[in-house]
Order: sequence, then structure tokens, then C-alpha cells
Amino acid sequence: MLKNYFKIAVAVLKRRKFFTFISLFGISFTLTILMVLTAFIQNVIGNDYPDKKRDRSLYISTIEQKGKNAMSSGALSYYFLNKYAATLKSPEKVTIFSGANSTNTYVNNKKISIDYKYVDANYWSVLDYDFLEGKPFDARQIENGEHVAVISEGIKKQYFGDDPSVVGKYIEADNVQYRVSGVVKDVPVTTYMLYSEIYIPYTVSKTDYRNKNYGGGYVAILLGASKADLQKMHDEYEDVIKRVPPENKDFENVYSHAYGYIRSYVNTGNEENSGLTYAITAIAIFALIVMLLPTINLINVNVTRIMERSSEIGVRKAFGASSQTLVYQFIVENLILTLIGGLIGVLLSYIVIQILNSADLIPNFKMSLNFTVLVLALFICLFFGLISGVYPAWRMSKLDVVTALKEQ
Amino acid sequence: MIRLQNIEKVYRTDTVETLALNSISLEIAKGEFLSVMGPSGCGKSTLLNIIGLLDAPTRGEVKIDQQKTEHLSDKQLAHFRNRKLGFIFQNYHLINDLKVLDNVELPLLYRQGNAKERSELASEALGKVGLSNRVKHFPTQLSGGQKQRVAIARAIVGRPEIILADEPTGNLDSVMGNEVMEILLNLNKREGTTIVMVTHDEHMAKKTHRLVRLFDGSQVQ
Repeated sequence: MLKNYFKIAVAVLKRRKFFTFISLFGISFTLTILMVLTAFIQNVIGNDYPDKKRDRSLYISTIEQKGKNAMSSGALSYYFLNKYAATLKSPEKVTIFSGANSTNTYVNNKKISIDYKYVDANYWSVLDYDFLEGKPFDARQIENGEHVAVISEGIKKQYFGDDPSVVGKYIEADNVQYRVSGVVKDVPVTTYMLYSEIYIPYTVSKTDYRNKNYGGGYVAILLGASKADLQKMHDEYEDVIKRVPPENKDFENVYSHAYGYIRSYVNTGNEENSGLTYAITAIAIFALIVMLLPTINLINVNVTRIMERSSEIGVRKAFGASSQTLVYQFIVENLILTLIGGLIGVLLSYIVIQILNSADLIPNFKMSLNFTVLVLALFICLFFGLISGVYPAWRMSKLDVVTALKEQ
Repeated sequence: MIRLQNIEKVYRTDTVETLALNSISLEIAKGEFLSVMGPSGCGKSTLLNIIGLLDAPTRGEVKIDQQKTEHLSDKQLAHFRNRKLGFIFQNYHLINDLKVLDNVELPLLYRQGNAKERSELASEALGKVGLSNRVKHFPTQLSGGQKQRVAIARAIVGRPEIILADEPTGNLDSVMGNEVMEILLNLNKREGTTIVMVTHDEHMAKKTHRLVRLFDGSQVQ
């Protein structure tokens, strides 16, 4: 039976080559867009280097203060995090570090841009950077305000060229010489909270990390001993924040939360609208629109095709096919079409991803077609096949045999 | 075998009501070869469609093999047609996208059985109509007479007890028409298949056991 459906499906596809091309193009093109998007999102969210303990970590990335006529929102100050986050009892460890800042440096009179980040000593134990050589700087060095740095593999290559070992050598950033203490594997810029090219002790920061403003350029990670600590850490931080007085009389309320990775990744710092809702809604609307167009197109093409096939429908009914069997046949045929489109789509996505990866649009960011993306592709195909097949199939099955046989 | 009682068929549109069949009662015995004649639009095909359970009468009762048919569901009707009835149409109604063998296999798709059995039965049916050498052709590569023979093979492949033929020779020249008629006569004689044939051709009708004439939806002979 299925073989027979396959034969007829292929024959019908061959019959109207232009229609088939349009349908297949619609499906495979849509699928390519969605698969590349998924590969992108998956890489952004799924890549757990260097925060491999993500499942027992909470991230504090924003603080928002509101008053009658004033509002302030953004990253936090070292002072605030040190006072309210580092003192929490439930986390096993807390690390405080700044976002990446950009500066210029010169190598052989050639200007290169370097991103640097201030970190504390716990940074290297809370996160799992892969050290290609050397080691991180320690608490004592931070305390002493030593000009030491951990650098990324990428900047090592740019700054030192093919030098096999650079530990102990000096790298200049923002007119300061730093002694290289270690070299780590690159972090993609999409992992923006942890990305940097040079990591230096926060104590050497030019801006005073002791200033008592609430807002600043720092974020914190709370690491629990186990997953079970997540709730405890969250609740404890919420409790602490409740008691934090507003920074000055312009403000009445202070909001800051310790969230899991994804939620903090898309956090907008707006108390009323979680970034997650924004992100999910935006992705869903985009996916829906992208999928809706080829679905409507397929429904149209399918309805036209059914009218062309009324004689076949009549004959099948006359010889014993029930309406239900015909619906089944048509949906299977349609699924065959969408699966062929799906295969082309997977191939196209593979090519597009290869092109995007080799174009190096985002440094250190390599997408791949993995199992999740392929499973998603299969689901999208089934979605297309079913949605675009059901209505035409229903119309087909309702076709009166006598009328169907007359049309020819 | 087939028993029609006071069959009436009315077609209604918003403004017009057309009586296509008017109080037709007919009994067709097992193994009988009956032809139905009459001018165009007299209701011949409607009658055949009603016997074939492709269309329902407005009033009256159709019994096939002692079984009442008016309350059968879509699924039951499909099953009934598949087991008991075979159809031959003037326009052949072959599926051009499928090879001859696949066309003939069609009624068997809606039954139990594997691909090998289906293919064997279809080849056998094609042998009976003298088309064993055209198995892998597509319908468009065949002449009118050959197409109608394929259609006959498709109608007989499931060994139905009744064959309903709607002007089977209508599109064929006399030589091909005679060939097709010969096959139907043989089928009736050798296998005892009950055949109801609608025709315009008096010459063909005379070869059958009995002739029924319709005029304006009523039986006149």
C-alpha cells in the first residue's frame, strides 16, 4: 500500500514540475531558515563552555531601581555584588566579574582591538576554562594588584603570532603591560557574559571598584553545591534584595534577581517584562510567519491538484476506497512531498551553515547540524505535511463519486 | 442478485427539480447479462450508479445479494463495492500516472493481501483480456480498445459477482467494440458474472440476455 502511495506521489510530483518546484522550494527554504536559526540558538544556549556547572549556577546580571520620576537599570557595581551577593550563605562559591570592554593595542605598529574583562579569584574555579598553557592568577596576585593576565588563544595568535609559549611574556592593553599567566581556549562572543580576550584582576581596574553606586559594569555567578541549592540561593538573594535600601531618595524600589542561565541571558533588566517572554514570543512569531507562507501555498497547490485528480478519486472510491482511506492516502502523499522537501532543506542548511561558519561572521562561533536540529526539522516537516494535507484531503474525501467521475 | 424497488431519483437545484428516475423496479438474476438502453439523459447512467451504490436513490430500495443497502455507512459501502462490484466506464478512467499493472491492482489495495499476491492476480486478469505483454506500459501508451481491456481487467481482478459497465464500447470502433463485448460475454458465460451494461448500441444489446429500455426516467420495456 505505502509503495503504491509512493509511486503515485512521485508520479503526481513529476506531472506538474513547476508546482512541485514551488512547493519543494517553499518547504526546503523555510526549513533551511528555521534550521539555521535553531542551530544558532542552540549554539548560543547549548554551548556550555566555559560554564560547565551551569545546572547549579545562578546569574545576577542586572539591577533595576525605580522611583516616581526616576528609573535606572543595568549591570551592577562591584561594591553592590561584593556586599550583597558575595556574602550569601547558600552558594558554595560566588564570583564577581565585569562585562567585556574594548580597547586598542598595537603590534608592530598595527592597531588591533582587544576585549578585556576584570575578574576575581573565584572566577577560575567557578568556571571551567580550558588552559592551553600556564595557569590562572591567584587570590594573592589579585590582592596585590599585580598586572597579570589570562589571554585567549585567538588574541595570543594575533598578538604573539606563532610563538609556541607566551607565559611570562607581556601584552599591552590600554597602555598597561600585563604579564601573561595563562592561555585559554576561545569563548564565542555570543556567550557574552563570559566572553573576553584578556582576563585581568579587578583590582587593577582604572575605574574605582570601591565606589558605592549600585550600578556598574559587573555581574556575578552564584555556584551551588548541587542543583538542589538553586532554589535556596534564589530565595536567599531575593530576601537580601528586599532589605536593600534604595541608593538615594530618587528611588523607592530596588529589583535584582538571581536567575538560571537562559533567563539571565535574555534578561532585559526590566522588572515588568522578562526578557525570556520577549525572546520566546519573538522567535515563535518569526517561526510562525516563516512557516505559514509555505503552508498556505501548499494548501493551495494541493487543492488545485485534487481537482485535477477527481477521476482518480472517483475510481478509487468506486473500487472500494472509503473516504477515510483517501484522506490517509492524501496525507501520506503530502508527507512524502514534505519529507523530500525536508531532505533538500537539511542539505541546504548544511551548506548555509558551512558558509556562515567559514565566513566567520561571529568570532569563535561554530554552528553545527546536530541531532536536535535534525529532529526539529523532522517535526517541522510533519507539521507542514499534516497542516497542508488535512484540509485538501478532507475536501477530496467529500467529493461525490458520480461528480468526480464526470469531470474529465 | 439485484433487486430494485420503486426507485426514484430527484435532482434538486435552488429553482428546478428534475426527476431522473421514476419508480423503477427491476430484478436481475445471478448470472444474467442485462443491457439498459435509451436516449441520452433518460437516466441510464443514474440507474447504473444507483445499482453500483455510487449514488443513493431519493426513494425506493436497492437490495444486492439479499442485503439492504440504504443504511450502510461510507466505510461499509466502500467495503461492499470492493467485494461485490466491478465497474467499467466509457472513458476508461485509468490512472495515467500508474502503470497498467498498478492500475489493475487498484481494487486489491483495499483488501488484505501482500504485494506479490496482488501482482499475480493482476497479471492473471490482464492475461484474461489478452494484455499480458502490456503490463509495464502506461495507459497513455495504449489504444482505446487496449485501455478498455485494462479497465475490464481492473473490474474483474477482485472476482466481483457483479460488473457494471457504462457504455463500455461507446468510445471504440466496431472492431475494438466487438473485442470488448466478446470479453464481457465470455466472462458472463464462463465465470457466471452478473453484468449490467448501459449501451447506445442496439447490436451490442442484442447479444445480451435481456434488454431494458428507459425513457425520461421511466422503464418502457
